[in-house]
Amino acid sequence: MALKRKIKQFKWHRKHLLGLRELSAEEITFILDTAEGFEQISTRSVKKAPPLRGKVVVNLFFEDSTRTRNSFALAASRLSADIIEFTEKSSSVSKGETLLDTARNLEAMGIDIVVIRHGAGGAAKLLSRSINACVVNAGDGYCEHPTQGLLDVYTIRKIKGTLEGLKIAIVGDIAHSRVARSDMWAMTKLGAEVIFVGPPTLMPTQASRLPVSVCYSLDEIIEKVDVINMLRIQFERLGGNPFPSIREYSHYFGLTVERMKRAKSDIMVMHPGPINRGLEMESEVADGQNSVILEQVTNGLAVRMAVLFLVNQAAAQKA
Amino acid sequence: MNPELLIKNGRVIDPANGIDKKCDVLVVDGRIAEIGSIEGPLASSAEKTIDAAGKLVTPGLIDIHVHFREPGDEEEETIASGSTAAVAAGFTSVVCMPNTNPAIENETDVEYIHRKGRKTRKTHVYTMGSITKKREGVELAEMGLMTEAGAVGFTDDGRGVQDPAVMLRALKYASMFDVVVAQHCQDDGFAGEGVMNAGYYSTILGLPGIDALAEDAMLWRDIQLVKKFPPQRIRYHAQHISTAGSVELIRAAKSESLPISCEVTPHHLLLTEECCAEYDTNYKVNPPLRGAKDIEALKQAVAEGLIDALVTDHAPHLQSEKELEFLAAPFGIASLECALALYVKALIEPGVLDWPGLIGLMTAKPAKIINIDKGTLSKGAQADITIIDPDAEYRVDVNKFRSKSRNCPYHGWTLKAKVEKTIVQGEIRFSAGD
Repeated sequence: MALKRKIKQFKWHRKHLLGLRELSAEEITFILDTAEGFEQISTRSVKKAPPLRGKVVVNLFFEDSTRTRNSFALAASRLSADIIEFTEKSSSVSKGETLLDTARNLEAMGIDIVVIRHGAGGAAKLLSRSINACVVNAGDGYCEHPTQGLLDVYTIRKIKGTLEGLKIAIVGDIAHSRVARSDMWAMTKLGAEVIFVGPPTLMPTQASRLPVSVCYSLDEIIEKVDVINMLRIQFERLGGNPFPSIREYSHYFGLTVERMKRAKSDIMVMHPGPINRGLEMESEVADGQNSVILEQVTNGLAVRMAVLFLVNQAAAQKA
Repeated sequence: MNPELLIKNGRVIDPANGIDKKCDVLVVDGRIAEIGSIEGPLASSAEKTIDAAGKLVTPGLIDIHVHFREPGDEEEETIASGSTAAVAAGFTSVVCMPNTNPAIENETDVEYIHRKGRKTRKTHVYTMGSITKKREGVELAEMGLMTEAGAVGFTDDGRGVQDPAVMLRALKYASMFDVVVAQHCQDDGFAGEGVMNAGYYSTILGLPGIDALAEDAMLWRDIQLVKKFPPQRIRYHAQHISTAGSVELIRAAKSESLPISCEVTPHHLLLTEECCAEYDTNYKVNPPLRGAKDIEALKQAVAEGLIDALVTDHAPHLQSEKELEFLAAPFGIASLECALALYVKALIEPGVLDWPGLIGLMTAKPAKIINIDKGTLSKGAQADITIIDPDAEYRVDVNKFRSKSRNCPYHGWTLKAKVEKTIVQGEIRFSAGD
């Protein structure tokens, strides 16, 4: 009760959401609480609320994305904002216009919030230093994907009640995963114990200095964990040959029906999507009763509404 | 003829000759004529007298590792702007790296650099040639003809020679000309697409890392080549070493008296990988900034006398390029204009070196690596002299740089030791306050 009151008094002050590493547990909880309030808008017959009316949100995407981009677009539209879609497949450099110039041009059109997805770690931070609009990071290289991290902890909190004391495994290509990093920051700040699972070739450098434990065997931890988040193998990022074959990877790190038999009966199975069915996860598991994959997508909407709402509010207060 | 210049009452430091005393320096006909107490008619006949009381009078400083970007990238730096910056920083000789566009790979290219240097009339401008054609690491460039044209060494700087057979061939071939072969030690296989040191910070920043092993592995390999196939007159120089591993390798190699030298930059003595935490591209440099332990090892190496030269690796870049994403921005730090004060901060203030030790690493020792007759105040030597105010404090302001570029992470730092005057061949080419 004391904590609840404390959070009620809490004042959000960030006009950018760049990553979860710099957020406190209090700030993360505040976003989740705010998202809870927005969840019911999507169940109404008129699925719209007015807080961003007259505001312009730009979806500035330099990498392929369907679900994150659509989720942000829908979140913005439910809050009555106008949305500009800016999709540039090539990197800014090869196109000849720098990222900053692109953003400054958009800003000159009078935008309020930039949602950016970019292949380079730090791209969102770079943008936030150089323009006046709010910046929301929708994934920068393999640094962070904060709204994914938030929707993951939101989903866990909704089902389990709390993250305190939970054991959570994140399985797959940790080295190249922004989801793993954002999850790690959010989950550990909220009191969960995180285990990175995958082959040593897909572990980040000096993982020992991260607030997680590392395990190279899925079989070793499958019985112990309350939540398992299966990362997508991102062939476009892998580079080199970190495992000999897909077959061998699935053999050791795939979430199969067989492995699920040994898991806790109430284990939550998560995946940031899109799934490579049969690779990280067998279809029966993805569609099974422990899977919360589609709930993650639904919750993503409420979380992104909360984020857009909060950064806009902070900007308005600063102005 | 009358002496043209008399420098009175300075603390004269000439490490090559073991001199560190308060005295005068007399210059006649562009050369050092006398060091000692100069009085009477000889003193009064000097055309110009400089009072250097409270100042250091040293051989002109030498930087054997700069990038002046000419030919090809004159928007970043030219030999004119670079050597103007250099002379203001107390340097009287600089060695340009050959990774220009096109690379310096024949005697015409070498002569071009020299001509531009002479025309600017600031510092002596030397150049190294590339080891391999187009710096591709495949076919040897014309080392002999370039040496004849005055190239003072060879390197593919910007990258290392990857193929061990090519490197061995280069070492053997260069030994015919008694010229140094310098290596940017970095194994591309290990380094991959890395943009900063591989470690905790690259992990949390989500940036690809360059493991320290990339440097250590190539240096180890090169030392084996020098050891196993020692033609006479072979000379190998490890450029900008940055790791504790390299220090260990150099220590072992030197204990075997192998013909190996090495250099270190101010940024590898002062800055760590942690500086990259805000994605400030002014800290993006190759070899990358490492950890505190590496800095300690490098300082220890300086203290033990394992390091043969202090260099800047002055690498100017346009602001517009450095404004890019950390992943996309070019490597390089422009530090020429505050170099001396940076070494003071890194090495003198913590007591690693005294002034004669520091000056030695910026004069006679680098001169020896590239085998030029400079870096001393010996009688008869060319009068390249730097006068330093060791106690003057100043704030680094990139907007006052004479260099064309501003990619300097030391902007706003308060540093000690300022260059008062720089004299090249007896001529005052820089005077503070002018």
